Amino acid sequence: MSGNTIIEAKGLELWYGDNHALKGVSLEIPENRITALIGPSGCGKSTFLKTLNRMNDLVPGVRIEGQLLYNGEDIYGPDVDVTRLRKQIGMVFQKANPFPMSIYDNIAYGPRTHGVRSRAKLDDIVERSLRDAAIWDEVKDRLNKSALGLSGGQQQRLCIARALAVEPDVLLMDESTSALDPISTGKIEELALELKNRYTVVMVTHNMQQAVRVSDMTAFFLLGELVEFGDTERLFSHPRDKRTEDYITGRFG
Amino acid sequence: MKGSITKGLSPRRRAYDITMRTLLYAAAALICALLVFLIGYILYRGIPHLSWQFLTSEESVIKDIEGILPAILNTVYVIIATLIFILPLGVGSAIYLTEYASNKRVVAAIEFATETLSGMPSIIFALVGVIVFCEFCGLGQSLIAGAFSLVMMTLPTVIRTTQESLKTVPLSYREGSLALGSGKWHMIRTVVLPSSVDGIVTGCILAVGRIVGESAVLMFTAGMGMRLAKYGDSVGEFFRNLFDSSGATLTVALYHYAKERADFDSAFAVAVVLLVIAFGINLAAKFAGRKLKKR
Ligand SMILES: Nc1ncnc2c1ncn2[C@@H]1O[C@H](COP(=O)(O)OP(=O)(O)OP(=O)(O)O)[C@@H](O)[C@H]1O
Ligand SMILES: [Mg+2]
Repeated sequence: MSGNTIIEAKGLELWYGDNHALKGVSLEIPENRITALIGPSGCGKSTFLKTLNRMNDLVPGVRIEGQLLYNGEDIYGPDVDVTRLRKQIGMVFQKANPFPMSIYDNIAYGPRTHGVRSRAKLDDIVERSLRDAAIWDEVKDRLNKSALGLSGGQQQRLCIARALAVEPDVLLMDESTSALDPISTGKIEELALELKNRYTVVMVTHNMQQAVRVSDMTAFFLLGELVEFGDTERLFSHPRDKRTEDYITGRFG
Repeated sequence: MKGSITKGLSPRRRAYDITMRTLLYAAAALICALLVFLIGYILYRGIPHLSWQFLTSEESVIKDIEGILPAILNTVYVIIATLIFILPLGVGSAIYLTEYASNKRVVAAIEFATETLSGMPSIIFALVGVIVFCEFCGLGQSLIAGAFSLVMMTLPTVIRTTQESLKTVPLSYREGSLALGSGKWHMIRTVVLPSSVDGIVTGCILAVGRIVGESAVLMFTAGMGMRLAKYGDSVGEFFRNLFDSSGATLTVALYHYAKERADFDSAFAVAVVLLVIAFGINLAAKFAGRKLKKR
């Protein structure tokens, strides 16, 4: 059930100093689908996710080989403008990280960064993004209050809205629901399902049920290797690799 | 009695407890008494000699007037001149060191150096100031030479405090900003600096405190002049007069009254003024820190 490929990794290798964290990862992420990355702790899920928007550039001593294409262009190519790449490929972190500013300014931060100045336009973007992130009704009366006063679940949806405000093509979510209660988690899962009409979502999750509930494709990582990648339903019902089967049936660390 | 919570401490431990507590109270009381005595004595000796005229006039032998207006103004001028240099220099270097410099070992060495410098006796800065600014640069004993020497002296402190407050800005804010496609400087300007401005302001206020309290450096580099700067015919000329002339700040004036003239009444009056300023600065530092943090 795969559409167009939006991101393609070919033999991607990554080292943190001497630590070989990604070993020859090759996969094709389809457009307008939700792709889940699963695997035990330390297997390289976050590392892979962060290569997609080059957040790994911040880590000193990182070395990357192989190819990573976004719409056919090399993400690590010599004339890539990282700020534009990150505008196209947005990210939501594990821990909600709203800036210590008003709710409005949080959402307007990205558009302002990219040059939107008109108040009317910003008002528009703020409302639309908050609606898209299913949090508008909860915050519309307190847009000028600090974002730090929101609950954890609200903060996370605010961060999603903030990421959506720059109109990315791809949204990366790194265990974005792991710190949330079931109700907030449910809201964000619903949100992801709605968003996939317009965005491509790549999410890291430790929660296998979540992967089954929301994702179309699943990639299973183990010790830096991509063990298996395929249709979520197929992968969970008929895993091809013994290690995948062990992991999804809970027989694995 | 295992598990009992009603049984008190054993007599020995209780005696120990009481002794320790008494000693601590005594120490605290002693310090407080000393402080109250000191402040009380300064106020007692100084306030009778404070008058509006004393605060607002230049001294005049002919008219037999004592006045510390020049010293008050000199203090203000030196503070402003020093801050003008220290803010961009100190904050700028701190930003460079914490956010941009990539060679960890060089940064560590510089941080060690700034720490050492900030603990150095001020008389050393006085010596360097005299040689570099007064003589080598030909500024003579002047307020501007004094301000430059104070920049040297307070720069390490401002760099350190700014660096410390930059480092407290969580990585998650930085990541959040970069992930939205900010450039590095944009990220620093919009996320890092606003969250650390309270620390930067506190550092500057502490620097002002050191400037007000400094005497050795200023005595050597800014001199002991007790006259008001001449206004001259233009603003430029006023500034030239102002910073060319030697001028005593309050602490230097205090020294002057006490040591050269044995006029302890005036010296204590100056001390009261300094006390009030120090109090004001500390209050401002507290208030600014709290107020800015809240936002
Ligand atoms: N900044 C870093 N510097 C050095 N090594 C790192 C860094 N980040 C991750 N690693 C290493 O890379 C490997 C993969 O880490 P990664 O964070 O990608 O795992 P993960 O699958 O996301 O795990 P988790 O589920 O616990 O988040 C681990 O061995 C980890 O120690
Ligand atoms: Mg991770």
